[in-house]
Amino acid sequence: MLELIFFSLLNGIVTGLLLFMLASGLTLIFSMMGVLNFAHASFYMLGAYFAYTVSMYLGFWVGLFVAPVLVGLMGAVVERYGLRYVHRWGHVAELIFTFGLAFLIEEIVQFVWGKDTKAYHEPEILQFPLFTFFGQNFPAYKAFMLLVSIAIFVVLLLILTRSRIGLIIQAAIHKPNMTAMLGHNVPLVFMGVFGVGCALAGLAGVIAGPALGTFPGMAVVLGSIVFVIVVIGGLGSLTGAFVASLLIGLLQTFAIALDYSVNDFLHLFNISFDADGALRDLWTLSLPQIAPILPYLLLILILIFRPTGLFGNRET
Amino acid sequence: MSEITKSAVSELSRPLRKTLMPWIGFVILLLALPNIFSSNVGLYTMNLMGIFIIFALSYNMLLGQGGMLSFGHAVYFGLGGFMSVHFMNYIEDGLFVFPMYLVPIFGGIIGLVFAIIIGSFSTRRAGTVFAMISLGVGELMAASSLIFVAFFGGEEGVSGDRTTGPELAGIDFGKDIHIYYLIAAWVFVTVALMYLFSRTPAGRMANAVRDNAERAEFIGYSQRKVRFVSFCASGFFAGIAGGLFALNFEIVTEENLNALTSGVVLLMAYIGGVGFFIGPIVGAVVFTLLQSILSNYTDIWQLYVGILFVLTVMYVPQGLTGIIMMHTAAWRMKRLGILILPYLRIGIPALAMLAGIAAFLETVHHMRTAVEGETLMSLMGIEYDSHGIVTWIVILVLTFVGGYLTRTQLPQLREAWETANKPPASTKGAAS
Amino acid sequence: MTAAIELKGLRKSFGPTEIIRGVDLTIGEGERHAIIGPNGAGKSTLFHLISGRYSVSGGTVSLHGENISNLPPYEIYRKGLSRSFQVTNIFPNMSVFENVRCGLMWVRDYKYSFWHLVDRQKELNARAMEVIEEIGLTSRRNIPAGVLTYAEQRALEIGIAAAGGADVIMLDEPTAGMSHSETDQAIELIRKITVGKTLVMVEHDMGVVFDLADRISVLVYGEIIASDTPENIRNSKAVQEAYLGAEAEE
Repeated sequence: MLELIFFSLLNGIVTGLLLFMLASGLTLIFSMMGVLNFAHASFYMLGAYFAYTVSMYLGFWVGLFVAPVLVGLMGAVVERYGLRYVHRWGHVAELIFTFGLAFLIEEIVQFVWGKDTKAYHEPEILQFPLFTFFGQNFPAYKAFMLLVSIAIFVVLLLILTRSRIGLIIQAAIHKPNMTAMLGHNVPLVFMGVFGVGCALAGLAGVIAGPALGTFPGMAVVLGSIVFVIVVIGGLGSLTGAFVASLLIGLLQTFAIALDYSVNDFLHLFNISFDADGALRDLWTLSLPQIAPILPYLLLILILIFRPTGLFGNRET
Repeated sequence: MSEITKSAVSELSRPLRKTLMPWIGFVILLLALPNIFSSNVGLYTMNLMGIFIIFALSYNMLLGQGGMLSFGHAVYFGLGGFMSVHFMNYIEDGLFVFPMYLVPIFGGIIGLVFAIIIGSFSTRRAGTVFAMISLGVGELMAASSLIFVAFFGGEEGVSGDRTTGPELAGIDFGKDIHIYYLIAAWVFVTVALMYLFSRTPAGRMANAVRDNAERAEFIGYSQRKVRFVSFCASGFFAGIAGGLFALNFEIVTEENLNALTSGVVLLMAYIGGVGFFIGPIVGAVVFTLLQSILSNYTDIWQLYVGILFVLTVMYVPQGLTGIIMMHTAAWRMKRLGILILPYLRIGIPALAMLAGIAAFLETVHHMRTAVEGETLMSLMGIEYDSHGIVTWIVILVLTFVGGYLTRTQLPQLREAWETANKPPASTKGAAS
Repeated sequence: MTAAIELKGLRKSFGPTEIIRGVDLTIGEGERHAIIGPNGAGKSTLFHLISGRYSVSGGTVSLHGENISNLPPYEIYRKGLSRSFQVTNIFPNMSVFENVRCGLMWVRDYKYSFWHLVDRQKELNARAMEVIEEIGLTSRRNIPAGVLTYAEQRALEIGIAAAGGADVIMLDEPTAGMSHSETDQAIELIRKITVGKTLVMVEHDMGVVFDLADRISVLVYGEIIASDTPENIRNSKAVQEAYLGAEAEE
């Protein structure tokens, strides 16, 4: 039991921090432009694919740096020539645009790289178990993921709170017009933040690709979860996104690890049910089975009872 | 009341004949279509079209009419489908006697019931919160459908048989043409009902709440209830569409209620034009045509659909119907003829450019996916070498010369457009 | 005479700032009442409190003797209080006719009906046309409200508010931004539609105020410093110091 909790905790934190890399960019973008970027996870996917292609020629470590930059540039282009143009049609159109973009990027990825899972692996230098605990291995690559995520988190925090750029960004979030009056190029800041947000997502893709698989569906798998996180955390709140990322990460790993079903629970009270009735699925329902729906359940409950999210202060 | 006011009121209640004309035309069209496209593919496509028309129109009750952006509308479609296919099986098992052709009603009812449950909390707000709840509900249902195998049949879904149960005048709907007429009848009834809904106080207020939810509250209406009524009606019609899907394909799978189907319906409605009642109809027709025709010629048809969708959102937010409607002013002034030649002049190079781009995509796709060493490919019946230098020259010429010529033709089109739409200066009396 | 609107100790704060600081005001049935005051005095806020747009922090609002504090706007409207907005607040994508007709539907008892066809409701449409004729937009009835000129939109704004025949009508700066001739037309319109009704208006144009109002209340920094006939207000020293003087200095 102890090792179960220990590993679930570690894995949960790894997943949570990975999710935060996506959620932080998405939150920043939302705070500035008021747009929930549906295509955010698509940039995460592009990160993985770019890194895969680069790593074939130049190795993993080059890909680690080049791919996020490429994704960031693509993000900037999308903001400059796509989103900024669509902005004139209003918020709903912007949301639909990013939705269409997500669809299109998936098609483009399939067009360029094909439909099968790519053989994108962690570098050999990281292919060893870091330590063994109660007979279970903890791979070094996961520790590497953890390190990168924490490093990014710290850097982001420092930039936002300590640097001049960070101050301008915060100003642009709260009072875009005022910031523009003060002589800052707000559209440029928008484009930069969008690009950096996408680059972060791309970086997440680069390091997640080898662990979670590089395939055309990887954006869909993660996309809606990241959405759930930013809404649960409170739209626009970085702290909220951080807490919610860890919460969802832990929730998912623990739900998968703890194999209990409704039946087991009912057995505690000496109740047992006919296993063949129409409701049989309900009685055999187990935690790992409902793990994928837990985040959405949480999302709906939050939106009904606390529309501002855990840490948010605005509703829409 | 002045004379002009009186005449204005009477203009609303137009003569019945004039009101009915489009509907009679619609019936004739529905009856005539299978005689024009009588092949199996034709019937298959039209059946799907009919189902999607109802589905897309029900979606537009939310987005276009009520200003609610939903990312989970497939929930009601899928549930309607599952409910109907179960009822088909109950009828087959003789649990009760019910005519098969009315089964979609059960789809509608389950759609309505779920819309009542989900709408009771999701319609409180519009905008992002509504969109997010719809997304959450959609994902929740899609994930649940894989868990609750007894109802959703797991990965392989639930199948049924539409030929059992009491027959209608000896027809058991075994043939495709029979199911076509059944779907056509349902399409006619539901399209008419949805149109009429938009002309009721609830439908009008849905428009008002879409335009300005706050003001609606100051003329006596709760925005939440207005949205709720539209939401329920929308769920009902989506459920009927799902029921027809079950009847037509005799199988319903989790794919029918997942995010992809929710995305497809948004895409159809938007490409068609959400600002017009017939927009989603146009969208459903175009999308189904793209899907069934394009997919015969190319593997990458979804890429084209994606490009079309993104371009529509960016440059033509009023949709295809919007483009058609832009011409009504010129048409009324009988000046549409002015535009024919300019359209041809820009259309031909534009087509060449599109052909070039499509050929580029197809050839690259062929190079990537074909067996090693296989370079011969065929596109629209033309066979050529995908690695040949001539091929690439043709592709480049088509794309860039076509693109360049298209650009040069823009000013003359703009000029012609202005001439065609210039309001008549001295002929005011004659025009009105 | 019973009171159409009665405010008792009405308060509203946003965070630590109190905008309305204990307003007591009684507006009689059939009275034409104007609320004036310098910018930022809280006139619009007071309107929002009465009509239910903002929640009340303290005190009560009564309509015909019934407490309506903190009711949602649509409940207040159904009890017979209708209002217009300072910033034009119409349904931009719907035609002028539709705008007015929507303003009529609730009081004509159509509610959320999905079994009536609006175009077939002869009386409803006739009444909507009458209102449109009154606000002078008959020839513009079929165009989207969003493309009307500013003055036309203001007229429509008043038309929507008055269409339902509510017996208390509140107009928030009905002539703001209008030219002289437009203002004169607007005054005529307001006079016409409020016959036999209670009118409460916020207005900056003193000409309009003294022309229309039976009584005037002066709101300064969230408090009513005077409430009297136009004649007495004009001659009141306190008012001149607190308000008219301040205005003259601008």
